[in-house]
Amino acid sequence: MNSENLGRLIYPLLGVAVIVAIWQLYTSWSGISPLVLPSPLEIASVSVKRYDLLLQQTWPTLIETVLGFALALLIGIPLAVFVANSRLCNLVLYPILVATQSIPKVAIAPIILVWFGLGISSKLALAFLVAFFPIVVDTATGLKATPTGLLDLAHALCASPRQVFFKVQIPAALPFIFAGSKVAITLAVIGAVIGEFVGSVTGLGNLVLSANSQLDGPLAWAALVWLSVLGILLFAAVALAERLMMPWEHAGQN
Amino acid sequence: MDSLRRPFGHFENVHKLFKRPGQTPLVAIDTVSFDLQAGQLISLLGPSGCGKTTFLRIAAGLIAKTSGIVEINDNEVERPQPDFGMVFQQPNLMPWRTVLKNVLFPIEIQGDAQGAASGRAMELLSLVGLSGFEHAYPAQLSGGMQQRVALCRALVNQPKLLLMDEPFGALDELTRMEMQDLLLDIRAKTSATVMLVTHSMSEAVYLSDKVAVFSPRPAKIADFIAVDLPYPRRPETRYAPEFTALEHRAGRALGITR
Repeated sequence: MNSENLGRLIYPLLGVAVIVAIWQLYTSWSGISPLVLPSPLEIASVSVKRYDLLLQQTWPTLIETVLGFALALLIGIPLAVFVANSRLCNLVLYPILVATQSIPKVAIAPIILVWFGLGISSKLALAFLVAFFPIVVDTATGLKATPTGLLDLAHALCASPRQVFFKVQIPAALPFIFAGSKVAITLAVIGAVIGEFVGSVTGLGNLVLSANSQLDGPLAWAALVWLSVLGILLFAAVALAERLMMPWEHAGQN
Repeated sequence: MDSLRRPFGHFENVHKLFKRPGQTPLVAIDTVSFDLQAGQLISLLGPSGCGKTTFLRIAAGLIAKTSGIVEINDNEVERPQPDFGMVFQQPNLMPWRTVLKNVLFPIEIQGDAQGAASGRAMELLSLVGLSGFEHAYPAQLSGGMQQRVALCRALVNQPKLLLMDEPFGALDELTRMEMQDLLLDIRAKTSATVMLVTHSMSEAVYLSDKVAVFSPRPAKIADFIAVDLPYPRRPETRYAPEFTALEHRAGRALGITR
């Protein structure tokens, strides 16, 4: 590992460590109730002691998030293709997209719950709803930003529209698609948790609520920490996929 | 004997008008006529915005002429031709493809067998001095190297006509002179017919058999110069009195010198 990579690992960890240390010192000196603010050590010990429960509650949230995100890709990318390639689609669909996006998801969560029930599908729907907008917008932007020089080249070579799309436009849009996906995956976690907050019997979001209502501050905080770790890991997974699918972005410069 | 054969390229009264909404149409090309013999290298020389690139794109079939005759290799050119090769001012390489995959892109588009083409691509890359870079990505190459890859890509399907739109315009002077010698070298080896757009008088004279000097827009042929300097040309050729005289003549046609 070279010194630059080492720095990229150490400095963020150092930042977290300083905050955790101040937090620990504050909670032990001020004598604040663990219900209001448990110390990092308490949270860590609960995370370890009750890791069975936490892990068990992680699965539903993970599945809701990943499925919602996958659905957002599956619907968002083709939608972006229509928006980018047809002026009519763009005029008809874009205002609707923006309008649906400006509705607060928390406000429609109860309605979604009525439609889809207490099970996984309502959480999946909410995760999808928040995740698909950045994917559509970024993919459409990427498709429209295909360098004209490359389109000229493909045209001069008598490429078919299908070849232009798959061999030029899509690869050229990949950086944009991944940029949207990274935003979308973190939003999808939030969408799933909103769904769990409004009505559910499982998941880390549900655990935060139930631990809070039982005045178990450390467990609620432990569930929060697990949630953020889940978000970070999912983001890292998308970043890893980006690296693997776009090796040219990381090839060394001359 | 040559005069009895039909020319490889025949351009007669080519005229191009761009319609502009709410304005009078813009006449880009007034009237341009000349013949191009097989194996010749012709330069279209003119000031920027004079319509020479428009003319090249008409010859490439990328845009439609308004009237006139554009016949190349016994075909009326109305759309892009698979047996033409094109080099743009920018390399236009695909950043996601390696050098070799970029060179093979035309073969892939035309659905030809990759095997034989792959060998030819490697040969071309070694001809332009890029052996060993087959699996590098474009971002890892310098601008001059990228343009050499673009040249290989244009040549990989052994085009009947190579069209070049200010191919060395974005390069520094030393690299440009190197690329000019490289082009002459490749042309001697492949006997390709080449049409090249440039705004450099010395580049036009140094490279070409014929120089078609375009007037400012709307374009007409201001002068049609036969460059009778023998090939192979060397950098020293640039300092020969005949070379300077031809450059001077091109300059007069452009209205730069008297």
